[in-house]
Amino acid sequence: MENKDTQRAPVSQKPHSVDKPADTTTIGGTISIEINNEKHTVPLGTTILDACKMTGIHVPTLCHHDDLCIAGVCRVCMVEVEGMRTLQASCAFPITSPIKIHTSTPMVRKARRHVIDLMLSEHHGECYSCVRNNNCELQSLANEYGVDKYTFGHVEKSRFEIDNSSFSVIRDMDKCVLCKRCVRTCIDLQEVGVLESVDRGDKTHISTFMEKDLADVICINCGQCINRCPTGALHANDPSDDIWNAIDDPKKHVVIQTAPSPRAAIGEEFGLEAGHSMTQELNTALRRIGFNAVFDTNFTADLTIIEEGTELIIRLFKALVEKDETVALPQFTSCSPGWVKYLEHYYPEYVDNLSSAKSPQQMFGALIKTFYAEKAGIDPKDMISVAVMPCSAKKFECNRPEMADSGYQDVDYGLTTRELAKMIKEAGINLPEMPKTHFDNPFGDASGAGLIFGATGGVMEAAIRTIVEFVLGKKAEDVFEKANVIPVRGFEGVKYYEIPLGDQFGPVPALIQHLVPNWDWLAGATLKVAVAHGTANAKKIMEDIKAGGKFSECHFIEFMACPGGCLGGGGQPIPTNEEIRKKRAQAIYAEDESLELRKSHDNPHVVKLYEEYLTEGPCGHLSHKLLHTHYTKRGKYIA
Amino acid sequence: MLVVEKNSLTAEIEAMVEKYGNSRSSLLPILQDVQRNHKFVSEFAQQEVARLLDIHPVEVYSVISFYSFLHSKPMGRNIVRLCQTITCDMMGKVNVAKAIERELGISFGETTKDNKFTLEYANCLGMCDQGPAMLVNDKIYPRLTPEKAVEILNEIG
Repeated sequence: MENKDTQRAPVSQKPHSVDKPADTTTIGGTISIEINNEKHTVPLGTTILDACKMTGIHVPTLCHHDDLCIAGVCRVCMVEVEGMRTLQASCAFPITSPIKIHTSTPMVRKARRHVIDLMLSEHHGECYSCVRNNNCELQSLANEYGVDKYTFGHVEKSRFEIDNSSFSVIRDMDKCVLCKRCVRTCIDLQEVGVLESVDRGDKTHISTFMEKDLADVICINCGQCINRCPTGALHANDPSDDIWNAIDDPKKHVVIQTAPSPRAAIGEEFGLEAGHSMTQELNTALRRIGFNAVFDTNFTADLTIIEEGTELIIRLFKALVEKDETVALPQFTSCSPGWVKYLEHYYPEYVDNLSSAKSPQQMFGALIKTFYAEKAGIDPKDMISVAVMPCSAKKFECNRPEMADSGYQDVDYGLTTRELAKMIKEAGINLPEMPKTHFDNPFGDASGAGLIFGATGGVMEAAIRTIVEFVLGKKAEDVFEKANVIPVRGFEGVKYYEIPLGDQFGPVPALIQHLVPNWDWLAGATLKVAVAHGTANAKKIMEDIKAGGKFSECHFIEFMACPGGCLGGGGQPIPTNEEIRKKRAQAIYAEDESLELRKSHDNPHVVKLYEEYLTEGPCGHLSHKLLHTHYTKRGKYIA
Repeated sequence: MLVVEKNSLTAEIEAMVEKYGNSRSSLLPILQDVQRNHKFVSEFAQQEVARLLDIHPVEVYSVISFYSFLHSKPMGRNIVRLCQTITCDMMGKVNVAKAIERELGISFGETTKDNKFTLEYANCLGMCDQGPAMLVNDKIYPRLTPEKAVEILNEIG
């Protein structure tokens, strides 16, 4: 088949772009331009918008987003270019000649005001009651550019029904300004392809296939569209009112688990710079809100590593020693519910490759309503289990019918970072000022390996730390400097890494002694792993596996549905972009290095859990009942 | 939809993809062919086209919804489109429209009960010098009067 990358968008829709020269010192590599009568030199092919940014001039944008391709549809960023008859959209204008640009002339200011005014004329909804109040790009543009009345009228009546069919994403098209960011996110960034603009002219709107409900099409609930929507047209399905009710009900025992990514990002909602981890402050805040117990999702992330790692060892043992050809390899991670649903839809023939281990959220849910309920002497039916996640797909995951192994719905509510920040503010708490406290027992604090689940490559790194120690019998610190597995870190779309195992093995740890007799069968083997984040990158690996390429020879592959992994999830504070994702990752890795405990199997609470409760060990009978699940082959057909 | 019908539709679309190629730019000719043969592009057909061109079903739907001559819902066997633009309007479109509505017993945007006619407005058919004009399927009828329009429709019936 032809290369689809080059023909993804038809030529007519492709913005005019010029490749920037790699070496700007070559003749013609740079170009001299004038912005507002000041001379500047920029690389050939820089857009006017970027040139203005470089020189510290602010040009307003709306449809432009750093993660997405250029669209040039909103026309807010228009500037005057001398010699051109009309105003030019600066985001879609690559500089190829020595032009003179003016960013603030009467014509530009009037046009901008009119453009914003025209968008408001089709925007229905009250700012006061909007989920994006005070964090809305349209609102701030209207404020910044002096729109003080509706020159072109205003929609009085609602024109669209709110689509709240999905557990995760709610669409309120009355608030849509047709910037098409969600379309570009869904089709280009994630390659899921649920949203497109439909109809023509003044009837244009963003919709799904045949105007179906979001729950009925192949949405993977990743919520990346929410994170990129400039207005409140897309938002997550907010359960905070139900959670308040549960907290206020004295009969209910409400417990909450917090994932690492929200902790690294929630400070942004309280005016902090990106990259401040708020783990222990958050514990105090949650207790003050009224949660009865606060647990660390990293604990079950550690458990995931043990279960998933053991599963991998069993699969390899079966394939290599028992020569069982039905074993599905490579094994895929299953922590990201967006990725799981993507695979169920697009590659249903590969569901057997998914690790049967549940995601940390669901493992915790099952343990809270069984192990913890027993220990604390609370009837699980009086328990409400909440999970703070960076993710909108987690809301869907906790509502999957098979996620009720405790006899009740394991996790009652998935709460995003944004919604939790709202709850904290509602309770009158200023998070950064909170004193630091630890998590509650019996799960206690967790290891750094669980913590780095939040960044792309984190699950792989955590797994490698454990597998290396299990198999080689050496300290991970002796194999990798400070136990940091640098090759699987970073934001490269697809990462590939090989670990030669050699022939010096340690003893089989007691935990899995009943599963494998020794490690001699791995002599001379090389462990091949890969990491992908964003479903567009996942698709690349899956297509390669289908074609029998190098990834089909991998043993273990980590997939995350969102760009950057969980820290760039669809439930994270808005805005999220490359720079912010990097800072959040730094915060997570820094916290990991500051911890004593950095390997999942060293976590004393995990060891204790296997001694006291899951006595048959990893992948044993009770583990299978509580900590493992199965998947559905959904397919692509929309009925 | 019966499996047999689905299979024959799939085979039909596969032949079209064979004919026009599987690149994105083949989308319109394929949709036009499906529209010509079936009078609309069904949900199943849209998904099959999407699958064979390796694009998303919603993109196919987006294209269909953009073009007036492509339909995603079943239409009558004959599609009558009356030009509603200024020149035709000035030449007596209103009376022609009323006559057609009375004759078919439906208003614009509707389909007759026997599924024989669908009535729609069209924007400029390019017959501004010979208005009012209407298009029945692929054939254009200029210089209409109410009587003539009714006669034309009766001939088709």
